[in-house]
Amino acid sequence: MKENNFKIANKFEKLSRDKKIEMLRKMYKIRHFEVEVDKFVLRGMIYGTCHLYTGEEASAVGAISAIDETDYIVSTHRGHGHCIAKGADLNIMMAELLGKGNGYCKGKGGSMHIADLDSNNLGANGIVGGGLGIAAGAALTCTLKKNNRVVIGFFGDGASNEGLFHEALNLASIWKLPVIYLCENNQYGMSTSVKESMNIDRVSKRAASYGIDGITIDGNNVIEVYNTVSHFAKRCREGVGTVLIESLTYRWRGHSKHDSQVYRTKEEVEEWKKLDPIKKYKEYLIENKLITEEEDKEIENTAIKEIKNAVAFAEKSEYPDISEVEKDVYSD
Amino acid sequence: MRELTYLEAIKEAIRQVMKENEDVFMLGEDIGLYGGSFGLTRGLFEEFGKDRIRNTPIAEAALIGAAVGSAVTGMRPIAELMFSDFSTVAWDQIVNQAAKIRYQFGGKAKVPMVIRTAHGGGMGFAAQHSQSLEALFAHIPGLKVVMPSCPYDAKGLFIASVYDNNPVIFLEHKILYNNKKYSQHVPEEMYTIPLGKGEVKKSGKDLTLVATSYMVQKSLEVANELKDKMQIDCEVVDLRTIKPLDIDLVIESVKKTGRLVCVEEACSFGGFMGEVASQVAEFGFDYLDAPIVRVASKNCPVPYSYVLEQEMIPSSDRIKENILKVLGKA
Repeated sequence: MKENNFKIANKFEKLSRDKKIEMLRKMYKIRHFEVEVDKFVLRGMIYGTCHLYTGEEASAVGAISAIDETDYIVSTHRGHGHCIAKGADLNIMMAELLGKGNGYCKGKGGSMHIADLDSNNLGANGIVGGGLGIAAGAALTCTLKKNNRVVIGFFGDGASNEGLFHEALNLASIWKLPVIYLCENNQYGMSTSVKESMNIDRVSKRAASYGIDGITIDGNNVIEVYNTVSHFAKRCREGVGTVLIESLTYRWRGHSKHDSQVYRTKEEVEEWKKLDPIKKYKEYLIENKLITEEEDKEIENTAIKEIKNAVAFAEKSEYPDISEVEKDVYSD
Repeated sequence: MRELTYLEAIKEAIRQVMKENEDVFMLGEDIGLYGGSFGLTRGLFEEFGKDRIRNTPIAEAALIGAAVGSAVTGMRPIAELMFSDFSTVAWDQIVNQAAKIRYQFGGKAKVPMVIRTAHGGGMGFAAQHSQSLEALFAHIPGLKVVMPSCPYDAKGLFIASVYDNNPVIFLEHKILYNNKKYSQHVPEEMYTIPLGKGEVKKSGKDLTLVATSYMVQKSLEVANELKDKMQIDCEVVDLRTIKPLDIDLVIESVKKTGRLVCVEEACSFGGFMGEVASQVAEFGFDYLDAPIVRVASKNCPVPYSYVLEQEMIPSSDRIKENILKVLGKA
């Protein structure tokens, strides 16, 4: 899917074997985390709703592996993948999804509001595009404090039609803020196809309106995502500023807990599943003799085990004490 | 003793906190060289530079969003919304983001930011530049709402708002900005007035007038006139902040006077004084010798024509009539 003129170096090549394997490990963790969450959904144990990231793993892992621990991310309603990729604890995440008192948000946020401030994850957001301004603001802090950090502001194709998309990208562009706006174009805003939602073929073309770089990449190719984000993160740190990256991917599951998926065909879903980002990456690692088939199985099984432990941890955790209800509204 | 206007007091507060704390910066529309729509930031741009007095495009949602993002990551932004009416363009960022972040993240984030904005009518700005929207803000858990009535309070409350670790909506009445009639002594040194503490602006024994912002000044004028001309001794309670609300101070006053008239500039239907009246009825019923009465704006958008605008907003005569009615002297 090469369709840009940027000279993007293959920084991925220079990564250690451990780091490359770590990326696979994280992709498996995200995949199996969502498998277990889906089981909870079927058992009626997810109160309210949640949005699964299955099929989009390369996007979160490629992008977040390309920035530092001290850098920030702003996530979306489909945020489990970002949260795991940024280094969240699986047990505490799963506990939050079940509304338990020891979850990341003490059970007050749930799936749509998971945040892990300790890993500089500024949180998921229940409002489509709601985090775009917050990402600019976090980048403004980086500029004012001259701390050389960058921000990834994740959002979806749907959010690119929101008014705040324009306001935030415009603001970030005039101030040259170190923020990477990363559009995970998974082809549908809830049920509405991108084809029905915009009069152009690429979200990245919108970058021209702001005089910033815009690029569309294969969001199912973790190496391409990694290299692209590395390239633009470096440019952000050099003061060049904002970029708009469109990462083409696909969500395998429905929009949320309740979705009859009448808007797409089974064939279309199957076509995209053939582009499975995990399969693609593991085959690369095996072909390049970085891991063996057996090692791949072991990595996946370890991930499965960790997720099972997280499920057990979450299930045996306590619900929050009702005295918590009016706490944490204000800070001292 | 030097006297400052309301506008000068707020400007001095901004200058002093910005000098004291490097994490404080301002962002807003036309606040740079132009000096802000009401001239409040004039000179600050030259003094602090473009990085700390950040002129933004006309993009209310993005500028409030940027304030939220910078606050969560360690800054103390002061965002200016030119008119409080424009808050509606940034409503998601105020209501769903700024106000909710702390709670929905389980108390692990702080959002120390101030949204300063000019509110109120009486200047012919008509329906979209004159509203009193305090009840909307006060209704949202997570926001604090400050409504200073005079220069001294404005300075102390502003400094307290900047150092508060929560999103604070700081409502500045545009009629008060430059009117020298309301100038008063304001100490040069920095001081704070705690959010959530009202003040008795005039003590009295016959009836309690509770008010906010410019209506405190109007209530005081009426109270002084009634004392001089009719020997009616009203107590005037200034809430200063409506969230947190110092209901104890109101009830304490009602305990003494037995009568309560609530004065506010917002439309009466669903107005904030409905909350005050309800709490006094619930927790101070035994002290009441007469029904609680509210004096508020009529229930229409703020009209342009001077005669209509004055008819809508509570006038001194209307406050007076209601006081006399409650005292059985109408």
